[in-house]
Amino acid sequence: MTESNYRIQGATGEWEVVIGLEVHAQITSQSKLFSGSATEFGNEPNTQVSLVDAAMPGMLPVPNMECIRQAVRTGLAINAAINSYSRFDRKNYFYADLPQGYQISQLYHPIVGEGTIEVQVDEKDPDSPVRSIGIERIHVEQDAGKLMHDQHPTMSYVDLNRCGVALMEIVSRPDMRSPGEAGAYVKKLRSILRYVGSCDGNMEQGSMRADVNVSVRKPGEEFGTRTETKNVNSIRFLQQVVEYEARRQVDLIEDGGTVEQETRLFDPNKGETRSMRSKEDAHDYRYFPDPDLLPVELEDSFIEECRASLPELPDAKRARYEKELGVSAYNAAVLTADKETADWFEAVLGAGAKPKPASNWLLSELFGALNKRDLTLAESPVSAQQAAELLGLIDDGTISGKIAKDVFEIMLETGDPPAKIVEEKGLKQESDTGAIEAVIAEVLAANEDKVAEYRGGKDRLFGFFVGQTMKAMQGKANPKVVNELLKKALD
Amino acid sequence: MSVDIETVKKIARLSRIAVSDAEAEALLPELNNILGWVEQLGEVDVSGVEPTAAVIPNRLRLREDEVTHGDRREDVLSNAPAREDGFFGVPKVIE
Repeated sequence: MTESNYRIQGATGEWEVVIGLEVHAQITSQSKLFSGSATEFGNEPNTQVSLVDAAMPGMLPVPNMECIRQAVRTGLAINAAINSYSRFDRKNYFYADLPQGYQISQLYHPIVGEGTIEVQVDEKDPDSPVRSIGIERIHVEQDAGKLMHDQHPTMSYVDLNRCGVALMEIVSRPDMRSPGEAGAYVKKLRSILRYVGSCDGNMEQGSMRADVNVSVRKPGEEFGTRTETKNVNSIRFLQQVVEYEARRQVDLIEDGGTVEQETRLFDPNKGETRSMRSKEDAHDYRYFPDPDLLPVELEDSFIEECRASLPELPDAKRARYEKELGVSAYNAAVLTADKETADWFEAVLGAGAKPKPASNWLLSELFGALNKRDLTLAESPVSAQQAAELLGLIDDGTISGKIAKDVFEIMLETGDPPAKIVEEKGLKQESDTGAIEAVIAEVLAANEDKVAEYRGGKDRLFGFFVGQTMKAMQGKANPKVVNELLKKALD
Repeated sequence: MSVDIETVKKIARLSRIAVSDAEAEALLPELNNILGWVEQLGEVDVSGVEPTAAVIPNRLRLREDEVTHGDRREDVLSNAPAREDGFFGVPKVIE
């Protein structure tokens, strides 16, 4: 593992930034972690609140098996140790978004232990360094409700629909050394969660958000004091937080100050972090084992079922695309980053297309067309089946790659199958040697001077003859055949 | 183990219970008595004994992932001192 060369320039020399992330990922489930109310996003306030969520006296939590299963599957996907014994603890604090007065979490015995994620620092560059980022633990806990402060002059509004929804808190080691690495780590983690299906990774809706721990040090020295910036909900903001905090801490230390270990908030409008200035009491959580809940004991057979249920994960898929399918390293990286893209690609292959040309076509033609129309892959007007048909027509020589672009445009507009378009528009490529030879003879006869020049050694005129022949045949001649026959006629 | 008057006040604050100085003075010996009483447990040698999670041999019961509750906003809000447009209303809490 090569070291990062990201440095902050200070008055006293260069500084290194050290980053650790606590990612909160909402577990995909129908109902909440300890109650049977719905988790669906965006509904009327307080309509998805059971008496457990509202913390009515005497209510007892009963854990959702699916949430436990998804946490275990996620742990297995990052090669982590699964703890067959874990338990829930109460984290006590008073806040208006938490009716219980405590959050049920797992401090002492988390469900998932140590694991690692391999992160390519620059996803666009398959040769960029790969870093191994350690995961310290994953624990399962409840989300809190949502507060709105801007609806009323003196009151805050509380919506408890989100209260009690299951979260995984995924705690990394302080293994990242640049904003780019932190961003790449979150992207990779999100990709894995989506493959596993344990979290939709939707940062805009808050299904995934990060607490960002940042400290600075002179390269090679001990870790400095860290600050924690809470609830950062986009990768861009995350990188801004790292940049801002690193700069702030370096300036502070160089001016003779010391970094306070504190909780900070990010203001996206100003691009700044600021201290939450909470009383020191805020962190006195008085954790203790939740007496309402027995320990979670997992059978080996359950863990093995979870393992068997995992799909092929991005790293394995990427390696397979490269080694077994012969797809380029760059294409393999892009195709496997999102499960949706990989699924689409595999559907094209399933419909008979060859991997290498299919991968090139997907990334250039299809993605280009979708970007231009501002569509997602799921909204593509052309199906994977139709794409495979188009690629098949190129492969068997029915149409040239150039004509295929025109056919694809028509497919995007009309949704017609490519064979029908080729037939109706008469775009079929001419591969008949006799017909092409006749045209070549005409072209050569009409350009006798150029033929003489070519034969006299002006090799680059060859392209001219190809162009003339193609033009005479309205672009429908098979370029390979044209090349071969021209060579024969000229040489 | 015993606590001092500052600890009593801090626990009260963390628990959001208003305790006057006089009440805190009265609570101090009470709390220390309780702590002393519980501390007697420390006299038992429990080395090698597994922690007890429950007094009857019981396994954790898990639920299937099904929506079985909800859509009772009126009930949930009926105890709220203040409500507004289907939200709970609380004194403004913002840093």
